[in-house]
Amino acid sequence: MITTLDVAMKQTEADKGHAVPVVAVEKLEKTFGTLRVLDGLTLSVNRGETLAVLGRSGTGKSVLLRIVIGLETPDSGSVRLQGQDIAGLGMDQMSAIRMKMGFLFQHAALYDSLTVGENVAFPLEHHRRDLSRNDRADRVRQLLAEVGMERAIDKMPSDISGGMQKRVGLARALALDPEILLLDEPTAGLDPISSGEIDELILKLQREHHMASIVVTHDLHSARTIANRLALLDKGKVVAEGEFEDLQQSDIAFVKEFLKQS
Amino acid sequence: MSDSEINTAANFAPPPTEQSDTPVLSAVDGVMGLVGGFFGWFGNLGIFSWRALKAAVTPPYEWSEFVRQLDEVGSKSFPLVVLAGAAIGVIISLEARYSLSRFGAKSMFPATLVYSVIQVMGPIITGLVVCGRVGAGIGAELASMKVSEQIDAIEVSAVNPYRLLAATRILACILMLPLLTVAADASGLLTGWFAQAMVEPLSFHQFISSGFSGATFNAFLPPTFKTMVYGLIIGVVACYTGMSTRGGAEGVGRAATNSVVLGSLFLILADVVLVKFILVVFP
Repeated sequence: MITTLDVAMKQTEADKGHAVPVVAVEKLEKTFGTLRVLDGLTLSVNRGETLAVLGRSGTGKSVLLRIVIGLETPDSGSVRLQGQDIAGLGMDQMSAIRMKMGFLFQHAALYDSLTVGENVAFPLEHHRRDLSRNDRADRVRQLLAEVGMERAIDKMPSDISGGMQKRVGLARALALDPEILLLDEPTAGLDPISSGEIDELILKLQREHHMASIVVTHDLHSARTIANRLALLDKGKVVAEGEFEDLQQSDIAFVKEFLKQS
Repeated sequence: MSDSEINTAANFAPPPTEQSDTPVLSAVDGVMGLVGGFFGWFGNLGIFSWRALKAAVTPPYEWSEFVRQLDEVGSKSFPLVVLAGAAIGVIISLEARYSLSRFGAKSMFPATLVYSVIQVMGPIITGLVVCGRVGAGIGAELASMKVSEQIDAIEVSAVNPYRLLAATRILACILMLPLLTVAADASGLLTGWFAQAMVEPLSFHQFISSGFSGATFNAFLPPTFKTMVYGLIIGVVACYTGMSTRGGAEGVGRAATNSVVLGSLFLILADVVLVKFILVVFP
C-alpha cells in the first residue's frame, strides 16, 4: 500500500535532482508514412525523478521512448542524455550510452530460448566480464530477489505469466545499475492486483536506485502512484504537464476529458 | 491501435491515389513502384551486409555464439547433407553407366562419377540442402525475435545485434559449407561406386585410382571452396530477411520462405558466375 510517506519521499528525491536534466527531449518530430506521430514534443526529466507520459492509444508515447533509447531516429528535434546529443551516433557509441540505461518493453521482450536467470544474466555476461562467474550468478539472484522472482530462475519465459515476465524484464533492465530507466506500459494487460504490485515494485526500485525514469502509460491511477510529474500527450505534443493536482486545474478540454474518462 | 501497430501500418500504407490518374499512369506508377522496391531491397541488403561485415571484424567478438552456430550449421546439417550426397551418387552412377555404355565408354565411368560429383553436383546439392535447412531456420528464428522485440532488447542491452546474431551465423555458414561439401562428395562417391559395383565388379581401390588419375588440385579444390560463397549468400539472405521482418506470424512465415527461395535463387545464379570464374582462373 502506498502511504503518504512514500509520496513525500518521491517529492524529496525529485527536489534533489540536478540542474541539468538527465533526459532532455526538444521539439521532436516523427512521421510514419503520412501519419505524424510526434509534432514538436518537448520534455525533460531530472535525476531521481519519475515522469509519467500519458495519452490516448496511438499518440506516439512508445515511439517517444524508442527515440530516447535510440531504436528510432526522429525526423527533427534533439535528444540529450546526460547532456550528450545522441543524434548521428553509431551503434557502438550508442551502446556506451545504453549501458547507463534500462528499458522495460511493453511485453517484456524476454529471450525465449534462454531461462529467466540467463535472461537477467545477459547484460552482465556481455558487459561485466570483470566479475567472476560466481559474482555474476550472485548478482542475478539478487536482481531476481528484488523483483520477487528468485524461484523462477531456471524456468523458461513461456512457463511464467505476463506479470512475471514483466518482473523479470525489470530485473534485466536493472542489471547494469542504470541511471535512466524507461518503462513502456509496465502495467498493460495486467489485472488490478498485479498492476498494483508492479507499481509498488517500481516505487521501491526508484527509492533504492535514484534513477531518472520515464514511464509511458495510459493508466492514470498507476501514473499518480509512481510519478512525480505527469505529461499528457495529444496530437504529438505535450498539452499539459505537472503534478496530478495541476492537471486537474487545467482548462484544456482534452485534459479534462482524459482525466474524467480515466 | 498501439504505437507499434502504427509504425507497421503507416510504413506500408499505399500513397494516396489522385483522382485524376489515368489507368496508364496508374500502371506506370505501379511498375515504377516495383522497380523502386526491387532496387530498394538490394540497397537495404547492401547496407545490412556492410553493417554485418563491420560488426564481424570489430571486437568484442561473440565467440560462444559463433561456436554454437558452427554446431547448428555444421554438425546438425551433416546427416542431411551426407544423405543427399549419397542419393546423388547413386543417381549419377545409374545415369552415367547407361549413357557411357551407349557410347562404348564404360571405362570412363570412374572419372565421370568423380568429376560430376566433386565439380558440379556435390557443391550445388550441398548448397541447396543447407539453404533449405539452415536458411529457413535462421530466417524464422531471427524473424520471430524481430516481431517479439527480442532484437530490440539485445540492442538496448548495449549489445550489437549485427555482431551477435548476423555475423556469427554468416561466418558459420561460410566456414561450414566447404566441410559439408567434402562430406557430401565422399558420400556420393561411396554410394556411386557401390551402385556400380553391384552390377559390375569394381574394387574401390580401382575406382579411386581410375577416377582420380591425371587429376590436379585445380580440378577439385576450387569447386569445393566456391561453396564459401554459397555460405555467404545463405547467411546474408537468411539474416537479412529475418532481421527486417515485419507483420507478426505471417511475417515470420514469409521470412522463412523468402530465406529459402531467394537464397536458392541467388546461389544458383552465383554458381553460373563462379563456374565461369573457375574455368578462367584455374584452367
